[in-house]
Amino acid sequence: MGARTIGLTLNGAARRLDVEDQVLLIEMIRSLGLVGTKLSCDIQVCGACTVLLDGRPVSSCTTLAIEADGRSVETIEGLAEGTTLHPLQEAFIDEFAFQCGYCTPGMLISAKALLAARADPDAAEVRHWMEGNICRCTGYQTIVDAVLAAAQKMRSAR
Amino acid sequence: MLRRFEVHRATSVAEAVGLRRRFGEDAAIYAGGTELLLAMKMGVARWPHLIDVKPIAALRTISRADGMVRIGATATHWDLERDRTIAETVPAFARLEANVANVRVRAVGTLAGNLAFAEPHADPPAMLSALGARVILQGPKGSRSLPIAELITGMYETAIGPDELIVAIDIPIPARDTRVAYVKFQILERPSVGVAVVATIRDGRFVGAPNVVVGAVDEVPRRVPAEALAGASLADTTARAALAEAARSAVDPIADLAGGVDYKRHLVGVFTERALESLARQVA
Repeated sequence: MGARTIGLTLNGAARRLDVEDQVLLIEMIRSLGLVGTKLSCDIQVCGACTVLLDGRPVSSCTTLAIEADGRSVETIEGLAEGTTLHPLQEAFIDEFAFQCGYCTPGMLISAKALLAARADPDAAEVRHWMEGNICRCTGYQTIVDAVLAAAQKMRSAR
Repeated sequence: MLRRFEVHRATSVAEAVGLRRRFGEDAAIYAGGTELLLAMKMGVARWPHLIDVKPIAALRTISRADGMVRIGATATHWDLERDRTIAETVPAFARLEANVANVRVRAVGTLAGNLAFAEPHADPPAMLSALGARVILQGPKGSRSLPIAELITGMYETAIGPDELIVAIDIPIPARDTRVAYVKFQILERPSVGVAVVATIRDGRFVGAPNVVVGAVDEVPRRVPAEALAGASLADTTARAALAEAARSAVDPIADLAGGVDYKRHLVGVFTERALESLARQVA
């Protein structure tokens, strides 16, 4: 059956990996010790497993690992620079935008893609983009507030 | 966790058709995987071979010619909601695409895959049907085109042959005085009901009968007889109510987690009236 060697950029570092065709992206990522990406609904509804594939948010639970061949993958582990948190991470702390934290890696990664596409979104755009990321504890207002706060901080830093 | 299979990367339509002939029922066409991989994970379908059509460069394009917009089979919802040609020619379809499922599904899921899977709870089929769109199929003996109503034959069932694949979707570009409305209701990722209306409107009146199609409540998109609206004023509430009644009669709703038969029939009436209100706002 199918197996191949793929080359990808994972959180900025070039990697070569042997994968079988049916392996899911989340299985490959977590097998490398990058366990910040969470599996939850397993049907592309909840967003906990969100990673960026060439900058686009995808559900790693329903993406084949071989799709990463020749492309870049970014997970939650790639967000901070060393011990310096990403503005989105800081904003999530400042705004109390998480409680148990299980959905948070997916929320942050999804929000990063939004701010890459739209540096100055309004609250409605944030809600529309993030509606596919589900949180069962905190409620969404603080998450929307955090994304807006991070967007403002990132704009003023430029 | 998925059972083992092999992915075959096709680089031309001819190669994909050849793989389809070679593997027959043991293979499925694979692009975004947003429906296919879910079905395989749930164990409701199993294919030892997947034919990846994404490497076929010619299928990725969205182009305009002869009064049509041609959408290649691997164009994603993400592509369609941002495409300049779609925005200029069928903006209502761009808006529909921007509200399909969630951003991750849109990022990789394709319009052709959505149609080929024929999951009844879907947004595009109703509007595409009302717009008179056709799907271009390629097989070993050549190509043929089918209207949406002939493509989708039942729940998860289509007229796509075992050796065929969708290569494109053609949408006739609506005329200047044609208005397109799509309204839907949904709780989670998929619509419980979606109503599409495509109408020619002059001086506040319907010119001829509009095309009205109800999606998502039934096994297949249902066309609503709308001849009674020909010549009617957009402001005519009696005509609106009559169309809503015709829509309720036209559908045979599936009871599921989104609601029972009576509830869905009620929704169909409400959202048919709202679709007409949306048209009225467009020309106001």
